[in-house]
Amino acid sequence: MTGISWYESSARDRVRLLLDAGSLTEVIGPEQRETSPHLDLFDLPKQFDDGIVVGRGRLSGKPVFIAAQEGRFMGGAFGEVHGAKLTGLLRAARDARTVPVLILFDTGGVRLQEANAGELAIAEIMRALIEARCAGAKVIGLVGGRAGCYGGGGLVAGCCSALAVSEHGRIAVSGPEVIETNRGVEEFDSKDRSLVWRTMGGKNRRLIGGADAFVDDTIEAFRAAALHLIERAPAFGLDMLKAEQARLAERLKRFGDCADGLDIWKREGAVDAAAIPSLSAEAFTTLADKIREPRYDAR
Amino acid sequence: METFSFRHKAERRSAGTKAQAIVGVVASGNLEVLVERNLPDTECHVEVSTPIAGFGPVWEAVVADFVERRSPGGLKLSINDGGARADTVALRLAQAVRLIEEDVR
Amino acid sequence: MASWQKAQAARNARLQAGAKFAKGKIVQAADATVLLEAVIRPGDRVCLEGDNQKQADLLAAALAAVDVAKVHDLHMVQSGVVLAEHLDLFDKGVAKRLDYAYSGPQSTRIARMLFGGKIELGAVHTYLELFARYFVDLTPHVALIVAVSADRDGNLYTGPNTEDTPTVVEATAFKDGVVVAQVNEIVDKVPRVDIPGDRVHFVVKSDKPFYVEPLFTRDPGAVTETQILTAMLAIKGIYAPYGVKRLNHGIGFNTAAIELLLPTYGERLGLKGKIATHFALNPHPTLIPAIESGWVQQIHAFGGEVGMEDYVRARPDIYFTGADGSLRSNRAFCQMAGLYACDMFIGSTLQIDLSGNSSTVTASRIAGFGGAPNMGSDPHGRRHPSEPWLRAGKEAEPDTPAMLRRGRKLVVQIVESFGDKNVPTFVEKLDAIELAEKLGLELAPIMVYADDVTHIVSEAGIANLLLCRNKDEREQAIRAVAGYTDVGRKRDKRLVQQLRERGAVRWPEDLGIDPLDADRSLLAARSIEDLVHWAGGLYMPPSRFRNW
Repeated sequence: MTGISWYESSARDRVRLLLDAGSLTEVIGPEQRETSPHLDLFDLPKQFDDGIVVGRGRLSGKPVFIAAQEGRFMGGAFGEVHGAKLTGLLRAARDARTVPVLILFDTGGVRLQEANAGELAIAEIMRALIEARCAGAKVIGLVGGRAGCYGGGGLVAGCCSALAVSEHGRIAVSGPEVIETNRGVEEFDSKDRSLVWRTMGGKNRRLIGGADAFVDDTIEAFRAAALHLIERAPAFGLDMLKAEQARLAERLKRFGDCADGLDIWKREGAVDAAAIPSLSAEAFTTLADKIREPRYDAR
Repeated sequence: METFSFRHKAERRSAGTKAQAIVGVVASGNLEVLVERNLPDTECHVEVSTPIAGFGPVWEAVVADFVERRSPGGLKLSINDGGARADTVALRLAQAVRLIEEDVR
Repeated sequence: MASWQKAQAARNARLQAGAKFAKGKIVQAADATVLLEAVIRPGDRVCLEGDNQKQADLLAAALAAVDVAKVHDLHMVQSGVVLAEHLDLFDKGVAKRLDYAYSGPQSTRIARMLFGGKIELGAVHTYLELFARYFVDLTPHVALIVAVSADRDGNLYTGPNTEDTPTVVEATAFKDGVVVAQVNEIVDKVPRVDIPGDRVHFVVKSDKPFYVEPLFTRDPGAVTETQILTAMLAIKGIYAPYGVKRLNHGIGFNTAAIELLLPTYGERLGLKGKIATHFALNPHPTLIPAIESGWVQQIHAFGGEVGMEDYVRARPDIYFTGADGSLRSNRAFCQMAGLYACDMFIGSTLQIDLSGNSSTVTASRIAGFGGAPNMGSDPHGRRHPSEPWLRAGKEAEPDTPAMLRRGRKLVVQIVESFGDKNVPTFVEKLDAIELAEKLGLELAPIMVYADDVTHIVSEAGIANLLLCRNKDEREQAIRAVAGYTDVGRKRDKRLVQQLRERGAVRWPEDLGIDPLDADRSLLAARSIEDLVHWAGGLYMPPSRFRNW
């Protein structure tokens, strides 16, 4: 595999390498020192950008807004400032109407230490995101980092126009440990990595329609997917929402009684479902395009 | 949290024209260094914020060696430490200077 | 008239007692405990495998369940104290005395039990040393071993993880001992005969496969920039100038980084074919890229490694394999290979003092030694010359006439100046000494002694102790690579400068290495998936290392 690993790259590197060279204008950058007002209470170190890079740049010559979470700082979790930066970006997109937004998710959800502010931020982000979409902006989520896209991040991702995910990416709301703690290890063994990935991982998300594109773990692949999804993602409105509701209802009807990702894939017509987790990105994408066409009338 | 503020004299001005640069991430065993070119040519300030207490002399020694080796004149370096080891600190300081001295593309 | 067959008679009695529970040699798993009660006598020396990697877990549980009135005060002689049951024996009074080599997974509990007087410690050994004593004064009365499969005659297939078994059986079976084997399955014909049946007395089939710990798998994703820097220093500053072809890597992230740097950094330095061609080494997954790139000619292994079975099978030019195609490992022979047939040992440690003594013992944890004291020792019995050996010998004794000057094995300790939780690796006084005082031991548990250590590599540089002429120079050379630890900051700058001029100390810049270049992009593989890719899909990582 040549190409720069998305997974290995920092949020800053992802932004810098994804966008056209030198096109990023960062806002509320680290030199502004808008750090968390809460972490001192816990003797926890702060990060100057509070774990999220936001700004504006170009993708293939066209303007985009961009936000990238740093999954290694506090697990990429949403805090007051972190959340506010994303809210502000989405409101700018709402006002601009025609400039798409790229959200590079890498988050475990809301910071426990900033729980109330974080939950509030998630709500504000979701509202701002929908308003931006109503105004005509496409919002594309890219998921492929260490922390995955969990908790409030999973909720925000669910509001996006489209999602691209890689093998490393996971998308869910409740995390594996939370499920195990609440429902027991028989319900979900959080240490069974293979199970976690069959359930929340990129491949299952792509096959079940929880993500629109599956990509290789490279900056190049995510860039291509972002461009493709910006073009293809549908406009937002009541009709689209109704189509999405119908799509989800049908999905529940089709797969609601499946106990495992393997069962879903078999039901979708995969000949060798058990082999899917170990397929290369290329082989998987070919298979996924065959058995699961992206449905662009919904989302 | 412990904070340190080191003021040094540097032999010469750090090369390049970039106004700022940033390296690293605040995570376990890691740190971020924000470097800003906003001081007189022969001065160097290093500000440290760390959750690990008791390593004052180590920070002092690392910063002193860094200043002697890299001559970061005119630079203010601000560190948020996540509990990194001394050699990682030295590495990030060097990376920060290298980045700010790079030609603007 | 004195009887010269007492031991034989005793064995026959045990075998008769055990035969009650057997059909031929086969015993049901449910009868394992009563079998052990029949063949073991109080005070016996018992070897319970207890290897570094594989565990006779069914037999361990069965032994822990014996009636203490029938079986008690055993003297356990085994390589590894790994399972909880190994220590439960002492809690229950089934066992009293212990001689062993490695206790990594139980390092905290065993320390507690030793301090609490629950275990009478014979000694902590290195593997080859313990094996040696199996033949002299620690010969087992009963060996509880583990194999993959057995036929009805008791022929055993031990497979890739053969490890200690042939050695244990040799000592026990030929000195009137009883051998009980736990196996995964009973077959009509074993794929190859690793242990001939006439050495095996009872075979117990277990319901589930025996436990094997994947000890030698290191995730390339976890290799840090600091470890990469130490690896670059080692390759350029030691492997290259001495021309080290025959070697052993002690397991750890520093050596994993070296393995992953051979096809990239090593290639750039033009070293292929000149270094790292012959290994005494377990099948490290991190060596796959170097093997695939043509660096390696041959590897002999102490044991196997979980997930590497198919890869080994597909690379018989490199590994030792049987007629059945699977890996044949042997800890005793591999330890011997490391002792006499290797020119370098390189491994990590937790603490180094100002003389160069190294230890992995801390105040509350006793991990034992494993193979390091043996691999990391200079064998005075060696006679055959090699380039690195002679060169090191010359550095050590420049004034001795060449014809009378034996060589030296390179024994390299590779560390980071600060370890986990920012605890300094370099110390004035080893924790091992405090522990020895607390436990009333005659010797502090030293893993590699100062007079065996030839080089110390840290991210701050390389100390070549062979070029140090006296105690002071040695101390300053060590301080010179101790980085920003207290020990390092107290160095004598003038003396260190002199040592650098002589090459006794080399900092990265002295070797033309820029720490800024120590980047993860140098690794030939950066993830477990990359290793699978290098192996063409032949490597099957243990489940904890993969998403599929």
